[in-house]
Amino acid sequence: MRKIRVLIGKPGLDGHDRGAKVVARALRDAGMEVIYTGLRQTPAMIAEAALQEDVDVVGLSILSGAHLSLVPRVIEEMEKRGISDIPLFVGGIIPPDDVPKLKAMGVVEVFGPGTPTQTTIDFVRRVVAK
Amino acid sequence: MSGTAPTFVEAALGGDRRALARLLSAVENGTAEGAEALRALYPRTGEAHIVGITGAPGAGKSTLVGKLAREFRRRGKRLAIVAVDPTSPYSGGALLGDRLRMRDLLTDDGVFIRSMASRGHPGGVAAATRDVANVLDAVGYPLILVETVGAGQAQVEIARLAHTVVLVEAPGMGDEIQALKAGLMEIADIIVVNKADNPAARITLQSIRAALGRDRSAGHHGAAPSAKDEEAAGWDIPILQSSAIENRGLAELADAIEAHRAYLQRSGAWENRRRRLARADVEAWLQRHLLALLERRLGGGAVEEAVEAVQRRRLDPITAAGTLLDALLRAEGER
Repeated sequence: MRKIRVLIGKPGLDGHDRGAKVVARALRDAGMEVIYTGLRQTPAMIAEAALQEDVDVVGLSILSGAHLSLVPRVIEEMEKRGISDIPLFVGGIIPPDDVPKLKAMGVVEVFGPGTPTQTTIDFVRRVVAK
Repeated sequence: MSGTAPTFVEAALGGDRRALARLLSAVENGTAEGAEALRALYPRTGEAHIVGITGAPGAGKSTLVGKLAREFRRRGKRLAIVAVDPTSPYSGGALLGDRLRMRDLLTDDGVFIRSMASRGHPGGVAAATRDVANVLDAVGYPLILVETVGAGQAQVEIARLAHTVVLVEAPGMGDEIQALKAGLMEIADIIVVNKADNPAARITLQSIRAALGRDRSAGHHGAAPSAKDEEAAGWDIPILQSSAIENRGLAELADAIEAHRAYLQRSGAWENRRRRLARADVEAWLQRHLLALLERRLGGGAVEEAVEAVQRRRLDPITAAGTLLDALLRAEGER
């Protein structure tokens, strides 16, 4: 029996985890196993959790505005562990101009506020099926 | 597919953590690759001390396991943690949040943490929890802490999977102590009242002492022996206090766990427990093989049809299982 395993992580120092929890619950209710790391994780903690838990996809929730510095550090920690093949998506408050920059770094998709949870569910299923 | 397993096994044995993580998934998903890896690794198992941590939801198991692990790390011990959380019976999904309470350990090379969903298995653990522990044992973790789902009275399967069972109690459950007596309390080798920073902890402690026939007048050495094993007669179940939040009582708990292992080895009970674990392994695989054989010989629908017939009360489960077995034996006879 195979289940989709997703890591939902919150790097950085902002304390707003409502969005991360909503997404985590939606993915759980869609039948996935969601590893939720909680607030204020370092990029190394997130990458190490993704490795140990052998997840299919990693989602980062960032509302602090620090995405352009946090995301590369998570990617770097994932590369260090040889797991940069795991698809990465980002949710949170991301200015439109920054979306192409994140995608250029290797982020597969970026979801802004108000994204229907079904969109995220469909995205995860699609990216895992690849 | 079968060609990749030995590579993963070798890499995991060589300390490759990603290979280990993937092996654990293969084993958890019950793939052929996972079974092959288990077969290759099993001769290397049997060395680790497997410690089950169980107790009611909200007793503070995850936080305690995190702090306990840190205490063992301070003592220079490498360890693995297997944390089981429940799968939703409705969606089949699960939220695995135990790592949340173990943040000190998350980037420590000497610790490997794996979250597991129960995936519909009753008993407080997942069907593959024992297999996952075996893989972690084989790759050389000398201590494996298995945290069960928040457990009630009957979720005692951890006793079949662990050498030492720690029961975590929390204050405010004193009136449930009697109810717990026949289930979880009976499988405990060590009892710890967590959240000792709460003033009600003292009452809980007294209720447990009374439930175990160990009130103050009886003194420490008047302990009631565990009913679990005859050999356990020589083991006084320690009743400890801890406050994971305040970092209190953790050294004592680690001492008690080490003392229990030493006791098991000294008394010869270690072999009895190893036998129980071996029996659990054999029975689990016997059941899996039997179900797989049924599906191969009678078609995947045969078991489901029987389940359906029992569900509708056209058949009782005893007859249904007997009929399946008869059909299997006939099919085997015709081969």
